Amino acid sequence: MIGIEHFLIVSSCLFVLGVLGIFLNRKNVLIILMSIELILLAVNLNLVAFSAFLGDLTGQIFAMFVLTVAAAEAAIGLAILVIYFRRRGTIAVDDVNRMKG
Amino acid sequence: MIQLLAFYLFAVLTCVSGAFVVLSRNPVHSVLWLILAFFNAAGLMVLVGAEFIAMLLVIVYVGAVAVLFLFVVMMLNIDFAELRAGFIKNAPLGALVAVVLFVELLVVVILGQAGPVQLGTPDGTSAPLLGEGNIENIGALLYSRYLYLFELAGIVLLVALIGAVVLTHRTSRAVRAHQNIAKQNARRPQDATELKSPEVGKGVEL
Repeated sequence: MIGIEHFLIVSSCLFVLGVLGIFLNRKNVLIILMSIELILLAVNLNLVAFSAFLGDLTGQIFAMFVLTVAAAEAAIGLAILVIYFRRRGTIAVDDVNRMKG
Repeated sequence: MIQLLAFYLFAVLTCVSGAFVVLSRNPVHSVLWLILAFFNAAGLMVLVGAEFIAMLLVIVYVGAVAVLFLFVVMMLNIDFAELRAGFIKNAPLGALVAVVLFVELLVVVILGQAGPVQLGTPDGTSAPLLGEGNIENIGALLYSRYLYLFELAGIVLLVALIGAVVLTHRTSRAVRAHQNIAKQNARRPQDATELKSPEVGKGVEL
């Protein structure tokens, strides 16, 4: 029988893959955004699994809000990417220092 | 039995496609692997009985977000070979962090409990009603207890929409010449035209 541990292990795999993606493709901001989506997917999977095994629907409602924020984040991130590419002609983000942060 | 089989199929495919998102050489392939990962995660969610979130995942992620990614990847003319320059250099550190993180998560999940994960007890205020489907239950909860949060989520999406439009909007001055109405009205016929009566055989000097 499938327990909640199975789901937790799958989602921790996804989470670690997302973190690894951010480390590996440090220049390519597109892959970084996709890795963030993977991390949010892992979080959603965790929320849904706990919600289902606990018999409480709050987790699924919360997963919906996470989904909303993830969609908004992707839209804004890609818009920033497009204007960055328009100004600089590249999307290499490891040498972004215009704002001197 | 069939449930176990389906779980392992979806779980393995989710993890494999997640790995290919990160490792694939071409970002278009990355987006396609991302879509596969989302589909399989949706399958996992169907397995635990959360059909609504699963369908939402397919519609929102595969239908909107992944297509947005695909659109941006294909619209921008990016030299991706150059962007992969630091891949090998960053690999050891990334792998180290990933292994440490994964072992820690496994410790939390398995060893920390020394047995099955102990779930808390829900307070019963948002328990699913028996005899109704997942979607009815979520709808009843969403439009009563979480109504204001739901509206707030709509506002978040609206702000993101306006923000994306404002960020990428480009006023193109080159295409449309500006019309100066005052100057246009102030122009009189006697300033603009000149009457000439040249002699026969001679031209007009402009």
